[in-house]
Formats: sequence, structure tokens, C-alpha cells
Amino acid sequence: MSDHAGLGVFILLTLLFPIAAMAGAWLFRPKPAATMEKMLPYECGVDTKGPTWIRFRVNFFLYALVFLAFDVETIFLFPWAVKFKSLGLFAFGEMLIFIFILALGLWYAWKEGALEWY
Amino acid sequence: MEHWFLNIAHWLTSWLVSLGLAPVWAEVILLVGQWTCIVGIITLNVLVLIWLERKVAGFMQQRLGPNRLGPYGFFQTIADTLKLLTKEDIIPSQTDKLIFKIAPMFFIIVSVMLYAVLPMGQDMAVVNLNVGLFYFISVGSLSTICLLMAGWGSNNKWSLLGAMRSVAQMISYEIPLAFSLLGVVMISGSLNLSDIVQAQHNLWFILLQPVAFITFFIAATAELNRGPFDMPEAEQELTAGAFTEYSGMRWALFFLAEYTNLVAVSALAATLFLGGWQGPFLPSWLWIILKTYLIMMVFMWLKWTFPRIRMDHLMSLSWKVLIPISLVNIVLTGAGIEIFRWMGW
Repeated sequence: MSDHAGLGVFILLTLLFPIAAMAGAWLFRPKPAATMEKMLPYECGVDTKGPTWIRFRVNFFLYALVFLAFDVETIFLFPWAVKFKSLGLFAFGEMLIFIFILALGLWYAWKEGALEWY
Repeated sequence: MEHWFLNIAHWLTSWLVSLGLAPVWAEVILLVGQWTCIVGIITLNVLVLIWLERKVAGFMQQRLGPNRLGPYGFFQTIADTLKLLTKEDIIPSQTDKLIFKIAPMFFIIVSVMLYAVLPMGQDMAVVNLNVGLFYFISVGSLSTICLLMAGWGSNNKWSLLGAMRSVAQMISYEIPLAFSLLGVVMISGSLNLSDIVQAQHNLWFILLQPVAFITFFIAATAELNRGPFDMPEAEQELTAGAFTEYSGMRWALFFLAEYTNLVAVSALAATLFLGGWQGPFLPSWLWIILKTYLIMMVFMWLKWTFPRIRMDHLMSLSWKVLIPISLVNIVLTGAGIEIFRWMGW
């Protein structure tokens, strides 16, 4: 059996775990009728006002954008790091340039205020 | 003692094959057995951990902690679990029902999946995956989505604020987390966790990569949403963050998943930096347990020592301190390896 097939079996088994837990809880828990007050959103006793699913400030989006660039970078860096010892000085130089460009990107995001939390 | 579990596994496989079962099915049945052991250990261990956490918190704050049920209050968590099991399952009428229901299930699935690649002793990884470390990071980062699902599905203002905060925090700390592990990968030359443990035969990586260890530790604390980085569920401002609307077993699944993640990340830290299952005298599986518990004690120590830090400080710590440090660490590690090779060591 290959490693990935083993992983697949593991995923299938793991799917059972929360289902079993919820089924176990279903057996034991009381099931009273729902009342209107109980089904309201919980806001420490105050009735909720206005919609919840609203627009958020652009800050979150900026962080997500910078994150995306860095995360893709991570995917490139991992294979390089695995083969680092056999690739020699040339690959190290290449990666220095790569990291420098990335640092430049970080500096730009920093300068433009994308990393500030208001 | 060293080979107890391996012998049991070997004996079970050969017995199943001697019964006339195809070897593939024997392996599948062995995997089912391993999975059952892992899930059982996780569930029982969480009971101990919650008790331990409350006891540690009690000692640090000069109070007793749980002390009523059983010796030193040891049965307190069992009573709490029974209470959670018999709690009503409240799903508010305004929620996005499907997302609300599957979020805790997805969270626990993701955190149990982490254990598939962890070497729990010599030759004791369930799946000895050649990209084990990369698998761990990528599966571990999926828990961000679960928290966002919980927060968005709840249709509650606390939940949504908590979820947005936790997403911002977790994606920010994922980068220093992944970058700090690159130094380890460069030295060991492998993503297979068992190979990385073997590479630490002479010297633990915490001595070769101290900066990476500290960066990893801080980033892992934030990834686990543990104090002092527990912004997403800051009780005093957001009631319980993304978990506000959850009750009963669904809430218990979230809690279980958080502690499962804590154990998995501590075991990963022990594997990558503290020599994994290697150690004298004691069997390998006992060593990894001891090291994992040591790291978990440090996590608890941090949580109960520091106050929660502010959101803007949290974000700038990641982007303006940890990421530059971990990038410099990668460059210095590379330069160090090149210099060592140039000098012919």
C-alpha cells in the first residue's frame, strides 16, 4: 500500500470520528421544543440590531494579499531547501536574489501602510 | 520495551495474513487499529490536559484549581464531559445551518489528520510520508477555514468579529511558522519527519537553529490561538469569539480540536528541534511523550504568565519582527552551510 493510499484510508476513518461523536451526543441530549427567545443570536441579553454579514474594512484584504504573495513564496522555498546541499553555491545565490525581491515587496507593503492595523 | 508496539503490529499483520487475508487488507486493518489507538489517546489525553491546564493556572495564580472530584480534582474534566454530552444542541434560527453544523466537525477532522505523519517512536509513524513536514503545515493551516466557517455561519456579531480576527492572525503567523522550519529542512535535507529525527542523531536542531526555534514557538502559539495570542476568543471583549453560538457537543468538538492541535504542534516542535524520539535508556515512544509534555508545559506557562496583547501589536509582531527575522535566519543558515562546506567539514 502506498503512502498516499494509507493517508486516504486515514482521512476516511477520520470522517467517522465527529459523526460518531455527534451521534453519541444525540442519544443523550434533551430535545425540548425551540422557543423564539432561545433561537435568537446571543448578544449578552441585548436584541441584535441590523445585519451581521456586512462589509469589513479593507485592512483584512491587504493582509490577505501580502499573505498570498508570501505563501506562494514558501511553496517555492521548500523544494529549494530540501535540495540545498546538493545544489551548490549557484542555487544559494539565486535564492538570495529571490529573497531580496521578497524583502523588497515586504518593504513596499510596509511603506504603503498595508501592515498597519487601524 | 522499545519494540512493544512494533511487535504487536507485526504480530497482527502476520496473523491476519496467515488467516488467508490479502496483505493489502491486513495493512488496512492495521491502519484501522492505529487510527483507533490515536483517536483514543487523543480523547483521553485531552481530559488529562484540561485538568492539567486548570491545575497549572491555579498554581500560577496562587489558588487551588479543581479539587473536589477525585484526588486533586482529577475527575473534574470527566464530569464536565458528561455534562457537555447531555447538553441541548441549540442552533439559532438565523444561522447558515449547513456551515454552522459542519464547522466543528471539519475542525476536529483537520486536527486528527495531523497525527497521520507524526513519528511517535522509532519507525512508528502511521504514514511515513516523504513530504511529511509540508503536509503538516498545509493541513494545519486548514483550521483557519474552520474558524471562519464557524464565525460566518453563526450570524452573530461576536462570532464574525472573532473569526475575522483569527483569520487575520493565523494567516499572518503562518508565514513565520513556515519560514522558521526552512532552516531545519536545509540542514537535514529532507521533508520526511523520520529523516529529520535521524539527522539530529548527534546534535539537536534547537542548538543549531535557536532563532528558528523561538520564531517557531511564538508563531505556533499564535496559530494555536493560545494566550497571550488568544485574540479570536478574547472572553472579555468577544464573549467567546467564533464559538459564541455553539453549545453542547459541537462546542466540545471545538475544544477537543484545539487541544488536539496543541498536542500535535508540541509533538512537531519536539520532533524538529528536540531530537524527536531519540534519547538514552528509555524507549523511543516514551521519549517523544516526555518531550511533547515538556513543550506543552511551556505553552501553558506562557499562557498563564503573559496578559493578552493588543491586536495591532499582534499583527506588527508578525509582519515587522518575526518575518524579517526568519528571512534573515534562512539566509544565515544557507551562508553557514556554505561556509562549513567550503572549510571542508
